[in-house]
Amino acid sequence: MTGSTVDLFLLVGAALFALGAAGVFREVEALRRIIAVNVMGSGVFLVLVAIAARGEGPPDPVPHAMVLTGIVVAVCATAVALALADLSRRHGSSADDKADR
Amino acid sequence: MSPDRLLFLLPLVPLLAAVVAFVAPGWSRRAGLAAATAMPPLALWTAMGVLESGMLSLPLGGWTAPLGIALRADGLSAVMVLAVAVVGFFISLHAAASFPGAGVQTHRERFFWPLWLLLLAGLNALFVSGDVFNLYVCLEITGIAAVSLVATAGSPDAIRAALRYLFVSLSGSLFYLMGVAILYGGTGVLDLVLLVEVVAGDPPAIIACLLMTGGLMMKTALFPMHFWLPPAHSSAPAPVSAALSALVVKGGLYILLRLWFGPFADLVGDGAIQWIGGLGAAAIVWGSWQAIHQPRLKLVVAYSTVAQLGYLFLLFPIAWSAADRTAAFTGGVVLLLSHATAKAAVFLAAGNVLAAVGNDRVPSLCGLSRWLPVSAFAMGLAGVALIGLPPSAGFIGKWLLVVAALEQGQWWWVAVLLLGSVLAAVYIIRLLGPAFVMPDSDQPPNPVSRIAEWTAFALAALSVLLGFVAIWPARLLAASVGSGFSP
Repeated sequence: MTGSTVDLFLLVGAALFALGAAGVFREVEALRRIIAVNVMGSGVFLVLVAIAARGEGPPDPVPHAMVLTGIVVAVCATAVALALADLSRRHGSSADDKADR
Repeated sequence: MSPDRLLFLLPLVPLLAAVVAFVAPGWSRRAGLAAATAMPPLALWTAMGVLESGMLSLPLGGWTAPLGIALRADGLSAVMVLAVAVVGFFISLHAAASFPGAGVQTHRERFFWPLWLLLLAGLNALFVSGDVFNLYVCLEITGIAAVSLVATAGSPDAIRAALRYLFVSLSGSLFYLMGVAILYGGTGVLDLVLLVEVVAGDPPAIIACLLMTGGLMMKTALFPMHFWLPPAHSSAPAPVSAALSALVVKGGLYILLRLWFGPFADLVGDGAIQWIGGLGAAAIVWGSWQAIHQPRLKLVVAYSTVAQLGYLFLLFPIAWSAADRTAAFTGGVVLLLSHATAKAAVFLAAGNVLAAVGNDRVPSLCGLSRWLPVSAFAMGLAGVALIGLPPSAGFIGKWLLVVAALEQGQWWWVAVLLLGSVLAAVYIIRLLGPAFVMPDSDQPPNPVSRIAEWTAFALAALSVLLGFVAIWPARLLAASVGSGFSP
């Protein structure tokens, strides 16, 4: 791949990471924060894929393996986060009721 | 079998037990106790191997670095694995005793055992990982298991605390992973030993160092990133609180030590090392101050963890320019072991208080010494170690750090260490004071299992007795000096 394309991927990856990180710290709503974490992760994966594509010849397989592992981790983590967010929302409504009384 | 081969058993044994516990819930308690019993001998065997050969290593599947994944253990790994095995053993016993008896299996216990065993597997894997990407995977395994364990408490507070913990944990890991990506992009290497030779002081390496350090600070709850710790650690069930404070937060600290005293040693200047020590000092003062003012026992203990983690960060500036780095490191490691055992003991004792009285507000501790004499004694002994009174391991650790700091004229860290001890004495005495008020009745409102009481006592006794055998971790650390992996 040409150098400028790789640079573009690296920049977009870094931008996505920064956007996601800002989202995790600034958002309050659980679902938005879960999406923000995933955006962050996509940024890292994009950077890794771009690093793999640098240089001549076939791409470097090591970063690809890292992205695959990373995606598995991200799927698990998202599932746990969604389950917790759902539980928290159900509990949250009852806690608010108590506060009203 | 050579001890090198053991390295894959350390994570594999609890992992297999976790699978059994999940697939066959009826067997979960037995699987958990079996794995917990197998781990101390395995860890001891690993330590003997390290003493003999300095460093153990096992290239998984016969693939050597840079292509394959290497498991490695040196003195520091062996000490951490031993801590996980011993503290994990007593926590497992306490858990088995404090859940309802055979035949009744609560929802909570159904999920406790698989997650707890997964946590042990992740921690063991973390402490024997030889490359930075494998460390990321282990961080995530321990993180997700720890978050889910907090949630097993089931209360709305616990769920909210777990969710907050999860976001900090996930974003911390991703900061770390971004650092790994940049590091690999610059060097083409992931192996910790190989990285030491190839990391140069160029801007990408500095960015990687900043990202990884930031991410790990979040996971280790170093001040000012500690905000998630007290709610998560105080709302979890007792055995989980004990494991989180004693073991899990040490994982991030361990990686930071490896990186700062390994690949990033050339990048980290005197300024950065004083700065991270300064954060540690702030954590000691802030954490202790908060601990003094908390209304509930478990919150006091959780804020005490924030403070005690600060001590471990004082190790960075004190060991950095020490003439005898191994002595300074021994101080830090003994302090870490002291905190691991003492904090687990206090959290288990707090669990017994909760079980007996129904709540853990500080005034409710009145009568504890009569109702639960063993738990009260455990809290007192562990308090001795947390304050750092002789002859406990807490005292030996602080003493070694003070000596190393004074040798270099870094007297300000000594002042912080002493101030921290005074503040710790205040919050410990605040807990023990009401415990010795005599109650009206002889019996606590609810009975508490004797095993649950004695496991807390055993850990507390260990935190004091370790002071007499502090030479053992020193020997382990000294055995692998110069092996290329050791800090």
